[in-house]
Amino acid sequence: MTSTAPAAMRAEPRRANALRVSAGGREAGLTVLGIRHHGPGSARAVRDELARLVPDLVLIEGPPEADALVPLAADPDMEPPVALLAHVPGDPSRAAFWPFAGFSPEWQALQYAARAGIPARFCDLPAAHSLAIRPDSAQHPDSAQHPDSAQHPDSAQHPDSAQHPDSAQHPDSAQHPDSAQHPDSAEQPEPAEAPESAEGSELPERPELSERPELSERPELAEEPDTRSGIRVDPIGALAEAAGYDDPERWWEDAVEHRGDTPFEVIAEAMAAVRDGHTPDLYESQREAYMRRTIRAAVKEGFTEIAVVCGAWHVPALTEPGTVVADTQLLKGLPKVKAELTWVPWTHGRLASWSGYGAGITSPGWYGHLFEHQDRPIERWLTRAAHTLREEGLPVSSAHVIEAVRLAHSLALLRGRPLAGLAEVTEAARAVLCEGDELPVELIQRRLVVGERLGQVPDSTPMVPLQRHLRDEQRRLRLKPEALARVHDLDLRKPLDLERSRLLHRLLVIGIPWGERRETSGKGTFKESWSLEWRPEFDVALIEAAAWGVTVPAAAVARIRERAEDPAGPALADLTGLLEQTLLADLADALPPLLRAIGDRAALDHDVRRLMAALPALVRAERYGDVRGTPAAGLRSIITSLLARSCAGLSPAVTGLDDDTAREMLVQIDAVTSAVALLGDPNEPGKPSDPGVSGEAVAPGEAGSGVSGEAVAPGEAGSGVSGEAVAPGEAGSGVPGEAVAPGEAGSGVSGEAVAPGEAGSGVPGEAVAPGEADEVVAPGEAGSGVSDGAVAPGEAGFGVSGEAVAPGKARSGGSGEAAAIPRDRWFAALRGVADRSDVPGLIEGRLVRILFDAEVIDDADARMSRALSLGHPPARVASWVEGFLSGGGLLLVHDARLLAMVDDWLTGLSPEAFVDVLPLLRRTFGAFAPPERRSIGNRIASGAPARTETTYDEGQAAGAVRTVLAILGRAR
Amino acid sequence: MTTVLRPHAEDQYADELALLAKGDERPRPPGWKLSPWAVTTYLLGDPDHPGGPITPKYIGPRRIVEVAVATLATDRALLLLGVPGTAKTWLSEHLAAAISGDSTLLVQGTAGTAEEAVRYGWNYARLLAEGPSREALTPSPVMRAMAEGRLARVEELTRMPSDVQDALITVLSEKTLPIPELNLEVQAAKGFNVIATANDRDRGVNELSSALRRRFNTVVLPVPASAEEEVDIVSRRVSQLGRALELPETPAGLDEIRRVVTVFRELRDGVTADGRTKVKSPSGTLSTAEAISVLTSGIALAAHFGDGVLRASDVAAGIVGAVVQDPVSDRVVWQEYLETVVREREDWRDFYRACRDAG
Repeated sequence: MTSTAPAAMRAEPRRANALRVSAGGREAGLTVLGIRHHGPGSARAVRDELARLVPDLVLIEGPPEADALVPLAADPDMEPPVALLAHVPGDPSRAAFWPFAGFSPEWQALQYAARAGIPARFCDLPAAHSLAIRPDSAQHPDSAQHPDSAQHPDSAQHPDSAQHPDSAQHPDSAQHPDSAQHPDSAEQPEPAEAPESAEGSELPERPELSERPELSERPELAEEPDTRSGIRVDPIGALAEAAGYDDPERWWEDAVEHRGDTPFEVIAEAMAAVRDGHTPDLYESQREAYMRRTIRAAVKEGFTEIAVVCGAWHVPALTEPGTVVADTQLLKGLPKVKAELTWVPWTHGRLASWSGYGAGITSPGWYGHLFEHQDRPIERWLTRAAHTLREEGLPVSSAHVIEAVRLAHSLALLRGRPLAGLAEVTEAARAVLCEGDELPVELIQRRLVVGERLGQVPDSTPMVPLQRHLRDEQRRLRLKPEALARVHDLDLRKPLDLERSRLLHRLLVIGIPWGERRETSGKGTFKESWSLEWRPEFDVALIEAAAWGVTVPAAAVARIRERAEDPAGPALADLTGLLEQTLLADLADALPPLLRAIGDRAALDHDVRRLMAALPALVRAERYGDVRGTPAAGLRSIITSLLARSCAGLSPAVTGLDDDTAREMLVQIDAVTSAVALLGDPNEPGKPSDPGVSGEAVAPGEAGSGVSGEAVAPGEAGSGVSGEAVAPGEAGSGVPGEAVAPGEAGSGVSGEAVAPGEAGSGVPGEAVAPGEADEVVAPGEAGSGVSDGAVAPGEAGFGVSGEAVAPGKARSGGSGEAAAIPRDRWFAALRGVADRSDVPGLIEGRLVRILFDAEVIDDADARMSRALSLGHPPARVASWVEGFLSGGGLLLVHDARLLAMVDDWLTGLSPEAFVDVLPLLRRTFGAFAPPERRSIGNRIASGAPARTETTYDEGQAAGAVRTVLAILGRAR
Repeated sequence: MTTVLRPHAEDQYADELALLAKGDERPRPPGWKLSPWAVTTYLLGDPDHPGGPITPKYIGPRRIVEVAVATLATDRALLLLGVPGTAKTWLSEHLAAAISGDSTLLVQGTAGTAEEAVRYGWNYARLLAEGPSREALTPSPVMRAMAEGRLARVEELTRMPSDVQDALITVLSEKTLPIPELNLEVQAAKGFNVIATANDRDRGVNELSSALRRRFNTVVLPVPASAEEEVDIVSRRVSQLGRALELPETPAGLDEIRRVVTVFRELRDGVTADGRTKVKSPSGTLSTAEAISVLTSGIALAAHFGDGVLRASDVAAGIVGAVVQDPVSDRVVWQEYLETVVREREDWRDFYRACRDAG
């Protein structure tokens, strides 16, 4: 159009902000309404001014690609705050937001156009250019890479206004907001010379800020503007200073926002003065050139009365007659990317800098209030504050409110302000409603001043399929996105809650932390507590994640697969953490690749400590999977394999450790020991003991559901094991058992324990790979045949594995049936280590204790006396004692024999040796609870501890035992 | 020079008050000697005042003074809360002096304060001789303030027994004080109001009933926000006190003042000024007021027994006394602080030695 248009846009000024322009042979009236972004006063003024002007076209600062989205603004389901989101498909880092609150002048202009049935268009530089020009929002405020743009558009208009108003109103703003505001101003590119341009300048700056804020994830960006601020002078500051105000925000509020009418003409004049001598930077020039071009195009199209709503800063640039040629020159060859725009819900918090970033509006709630209630705003505000406090159970009477209103008014008077602002009402609330207490003041800040509110967009808004799916899910599961964090307690036994939990876990996998896990009170694994807080940037994350799939589970599976298959991917322990998450999210499709990745990684990993570190998470996953009904098939085999490798590697790994590494090792041994305890309880038939487990491991290849069904139904698994009974379960159990077992079974203890581990690991590895299932099964059967032969036939497969793993049990004979194989295997390995003499004292002591507690060994006293004997250096003995006694001194209180041994050893030490081991002893005994120390002391003081056997009268204890068993659910 | 040890605020700053009154064109609430704007200026100071500089009386956030003045202008009673030594009494005295020109209508709250101190008592000789009459009545400061339309001050409101506190409720809500014995009442003249102070750290005080509490606007006075602000307050007060006590001119050891303030702040906050070292806090409050008194006594020591220059040894004894309130636990705190913090500071050697000597 420019080419065809006359050489210049001719303008005949009528008033500073209104003129007649002609282009393409037509002529039209043009009124430029310079506003403050997000300024409620400006919004009201724009509304009134538009009603007076009755334009036939409204142009708004914003990306013109959004023109098609304008009709949505009038949709009854559209609820501000919302934002226009511009993003480059495939490059989620390039995105920009233009936020609108209900009190934004731009939003009011959109609403007016919808009501009046006239077109509304956006006239800023297209997002396709602004996103291309400033790839890093951080650097360019204007283009605001994204945010900017968001703001720019706004910012030009909004941000400024937004910031000012806030700041103006809130003293607080001064505290936080200021920064928001100032930086902006700072950012403004050269406004330095034209300080007054405050608004204008703010715009550019703010946009940046806003952008950043929006990109909440990159706060750094937000900061950039500040660094630039040095270049420019704060224009509003200059205007305010000229008016005798020390706080520019307050000046804006008093001079414009609270006057009830915004004199657009006066603003235009002031801005013209501020911009006098200001040379806009390239980006700003381009934006303004584009706005002028849009105006010309509109005139040519035949519109006769055009209203432009833009940041006050741009007013002079739009009213001055520019030449088409110059503008064309400026806009030539702009870089371009493909940009897509849509509406997304926004929050008041994002408008506020309360949380660190935002559009620079510190008090959106207060602005919204001012905009909605022109009638007695102070009274209404303080009444709302009183209601808020009452909801929290704080006694606030109407008399309080009356006095608070009076105080706010007299404070405003004292400060010479026309109307009490946020500063005054906050002071009044603090002194009267809150009686000087800061906590309720904070509450008012959060609930009212920021006033968390989440906007809403209609269903017809363009969305990526993933967004739409999540929306449907949210509806189906009745989980409403809300801006204020809210706690949900989920009972996983209820299907609805279970699905909710899965959805939240899946979102976490995708990288959308809508819900944050909280500690639950109580120990039940069926309870989950989440804190839900929807943040606008999640929409960006969703768009980003859209590449992974069209539904939440599909995207989550793809995401996990991607991570699992990345050869440079996470460490083994991280993978197992991911596995845990996968099970929680119930993403069965992601399991095979993930398990394969874990299996591969485990096979290649030589560091037994890393293997051990991975084990507890796996065991938790396995166990938790049961509770949630997640098919954890395949997991068992990995656990078995990991455990086998750990058992095998343990012995070499504890050699040649220094004190610190020994201590670390001990932590891992403890962790694995408690994990192993979760794996199977021999006394509880319900829990799949090993045979059942290995059955599972084998199973996946055969039939996922069938197998896990068995595994879960503990009765079967258990009985299958002991009774030789059923087919598949046993066959399965036979397999790993065989692989591991028979050779070593005989030889028993530690040395062999190592070997079986390896064998075992090989087998389950296969089992995991579903393709190999057939093979696995087959050997299993063969194996069981073998074991039958080898062992007593009745015990079949499990008998084999039982032997192999748990030498202790094997020794103790028949008990093998009930034994939990992984547990026994682990203890066998521990025992092997404990039997060695070259292990650090700390570890040996601890191992003896573990084995003693588990009743795997009964010669703890012999071992202790051996360890305490004079042959060892006192330091080693002391660390042995430390290891043995770590975790509490109750043992010494109750076992007189052991106490006597420790006592004998201590008293037998030479003075020098005693001094040497004193620190170690201090550390050991210092860790005991005071009552334990006291009891031990009493025992010693009461004379030489008698080596008496405690005898129990089982008849007397029977009643209590029965009750305890009933409580534990194990009544016989 | 006056022989009064401590002149009332309205006497000490009479010239400033006169100055402000002269140039005060703004409307004054009924009964007020100055307009609220002038009162604010009087308290916060104004070096550029056209009639001459006004010294700041309260150094701290401007909003606190504004809320306090605005509260009194609405005829609501004002409650100043804060830990000891945050200038509650000081602020209330100056508010009363500036608004009513009279800071003497004072009720000191103690555990033994009786209702007569808030309402009225009797001159028993006259009561017996003449029977109940207006003349036999002994008015309390509150009653006089009501009759004359001035500000009454109640110090340490929470130390009074609850029943005495509640005697204020009628006064504050009805603005009247009934005298049932004479079937009379005293109605408050315009300008009457109450400023109460209370300390929110003490234990074992009588909490205000919510009925009474709700008749006050509450302003919490903070401890000084920054070390510089506190040094400013302390040095200003120390030199004022020195002049008032007619101590020989002692060079204002700003370094010494800074040191005392630093010690107090660090112990109060439980962390050193650079934020690197945690220290224990003693049981005392270590307020700014205590820092002032430590320095004043240090100056007296230096002037009378020392060489006329404030040195570390002059403040050491005072500082130890201020910190070590509880002879057992506080002594440990102090020793720890001395050994871990003071000793490490190169330029604090003299101070360290002096403190060691002092105990």
